[in-house]
Amino acid sequence: MKKNKLLSGKWILEKGKIYDPYQDKFLKGDILLNNGKIEKIGSIKLKDVNSIDCSGKVITSGFTDIRSHFKQPGSGYVETIDSGVAAAMAGGYTTVCVMSDKENPLDTPEAIKNISNISSMINILPVGAASVNHEGVELCEYGSMVEEGAVAFSDTISPIKNSQFLKYALEYSSMYNVPIISYAKDCGLSDGGIVNEGFISTKLGLKGVPDIAESIMVSRNLMIADLANQKIHIPIISTLGSVEIIKEFQKKGLIVTADVSAHHIYFNEEEISNYNSNAKVFPPLRSEKNRKALVRAIKDNIVTSISSDHTPCSLEDKEADIAHAPFGTISLESAFSMSNTVLYKEGFEITDIIKLFTKGPRESLGLHPEPIKVGVDTNLAIINPQKTWIFNDSDIYSKSKNAIALGAELTGKVDLTIYKKNAFGVI
Amino acid sequence: MGILSTKHFIGLESATKKDIETLIEFGYMFKEVLDRPIKKVPSLNGINIANLFFENSTRTKLSFELAEKRLSADVINFSASSSSLNKGETFKDTVQNIHAMKIDGIVMRHPTPGSCQQLSEYVDSVIINAGDGTHEHPTQAMLDMMSLHEKFGSLSGLKVAIIGDILHSRVALSNIYGLNKMGAKVMLCGPPHLIPPNIEELGVLVVHDLNQVLEWADAINVLRIQRERMGIGLIPSVREYRDFFGITKKRLLSAKKEIVVMHPGPMNRGVEIDSDVAESEQAIILDQVLNGVAIRMSILYSLLGNEKELKNEEK
Repeated sequence: MKKNKLLSGKWILEKGKIYDPYQDKFLKGDILLNNGKIEKIGSIKLKDVNSIDCSGKVITSGFTDIRSHFKQPGSGYVETIDSGVAAAMAGGYTTVCVMSDKENPLDTPEAIKNISNISSMINILPVGAASVNHEGVELCEYGSMVEEGAVAFSDTISPIKNSQFLKYALEYSSMYNVPIISYAKDCGLSDGGIVNEGFISTKLGLKGVPDIAESIMVSRNLMIADLANQKIHIPIISTLGSVEIIKEFQKKGLIVTADVSAHHIYFNEEEISNYNSNAKVFPPLRSEKNRKALVRAIKDNIVTSISSDHTPCSLEDKEADIAHAPFGTISLESAFSMSNTVLYKEGFEITDIIKLFTKGPRESLGLHPEPIKVGVDTNLAIINPQKTWIFNDSDIYSKSKNAIALGAELTGKVDLTIYKKNAFGVI
Repeated sequence: MGILSTKHFIGLESATKKDIETLIEFGYMFKEVLDRPIKKVPSLNGINIANLFFENSTRTKLSFELAEKRLSADVINFSASSSSLNKGETFKDTVQNIHAMKIDGIVMRHPTPGSCQQLSEYVDSVIINAGDGTHEHPTQAMLDMMSLHEKFGSLSGLKVAIIGDILHSRVALSNIYGLNKMGAKVMLCGPPHLIPPNIEELGVLVVHDLNQVLEWADAINVLRIQRERMGIGLIPSVREYRDFFGITKKRLLSAKKEIVVMHPGPMNRGVEIDSDVAESEQAIILDQVLNGVAIRMSILYSLLGNEKELKNEEK
């Protein structure tokens, strides 16, 4: 069981390999922490100082998640700030971008102010709604919302249907230098859909969502961004078609970034074959061909970040029949390990995997880099990359238990996360 | 556990050929009971069965209830309108109640695919699927197969076509699984957008021209056009559907052989099937209804009957 601990005074992180993803280099020696700041990196010879043995582990920058749903305010029965923060720290995150929720949208400066940096444990950065009530009709007050801490704008899981509105949103947000995150979903093609459309949807008798329900909208979104000449971020893509379209626009010079979720690269559509409602996610888990295409897109640098898409749902809701159970899985605790398990097998270096959780997401949203250097606030994740373990109930810190990873055998685990003086993990 | 390979009867995907053969054989035995002056046997005396219908059904519910009563089971009925199924709360609550009441067998119809499998994970009772959304309707497929077996003497090599809205049908998938296992060949015919994607992978032929069916089939299973299941604009008009997919006397007469006609009911006469076809010698629609009771008795008995007695029957 991981625990909170306050690291007051001096602490030495010794014998670990230190990797800074922002400078893309290994740093030699040990790290001396002093009251929440990095005091020294190198050879440290101090007596009577607390130390943490990091042999066999990699010390790196704390992770940034660009897509989490804490459903705050309003849904304290599935997640609270405290439980969400614990889940994040258990997974190595020190920054979490929380999405606006349609039921209680973050569509005013006041709503942004209420949640921005609400936790003293880690950074909570709000992604404001792109439109009032996620309706895609009225622009929100982007300027004042950025002043209160909004780092991007998105209607989360409501796609912006009106193309003219998307163009206005892209142009207006550029004035404040924050990106629009535009979810790609054709509402007609995906209406009523629960699983990937194909043989499995036919066998299960469930309505399918075809691949192109996503790629059609990726294509439209990028054409509009191209016309407006503005950068754009496409979240949680799931298909080969989307990858190809993004690649084409990146070649043309459009600034387009994209992320995939850890569960879309770990699982394929087979996972829902037994009507497992924790595998009911949107976009649905796709075919093996699509899953492989996502891994390839990471290798080719088309996709540069992995998001958790952490979506807490109550047990009661998830235990309803598959048609009524809500979409989503929690995954802050497991996203790194799931990704590491898949990508390690595909020949990725640990350094490349770390970048997908640090440099990649921060660059996508234009957040400042967080290098490991003397004088900065402590902001670190300590990873045991080789550890194999089974993800089970006791690894969940979220208030909800709907983890698709339950029972999965994973490789690589975040042992400790430290932000300023706050440590979370096993010491 | 009874004499079938599974504890429950949730779908024909997981049934074996032997299961199907056993059930048909017992089906004939119970059909004989239905011809007696006193149409009742004590086989399930003391066994209680709950019929949970979360979706409207007339004949399936009636058929099950009759089958249960003819086997002397104690029966309770529960019906819920689909409007009270919001968020699935009723399902969960009902499941917990059933669990507490120690019911031996549950017959369930539910609009959501997979719901019977889910139920089997929550309760100890034997679960019989009376239709789970657009997934399976295994007892309907069993009565279809029994009726075909009765008519042709064997299912092996038989050519059976299923015609209509395959996408919204629960009958099609169960029939495909069952007929494939028994060595019959299956052809599906309907408008392309009402055929589920990649269904050919189940080893069936797919056509969109009714004339191809009439040249090929020994028997046709005509599905009801389920208007309530349709989204908007799936079928332009009733008359257009009838013109291209309706089974008329004229069409049947154009076929070289005498094709056997089945329909799971209730029929939309004059739409997917004409009255004179439904009432002709070629139709076995009323046999299907009677066989439905017999095969459901067979299924209930095989899953819930006294084990010792069942083993004797098997010998």
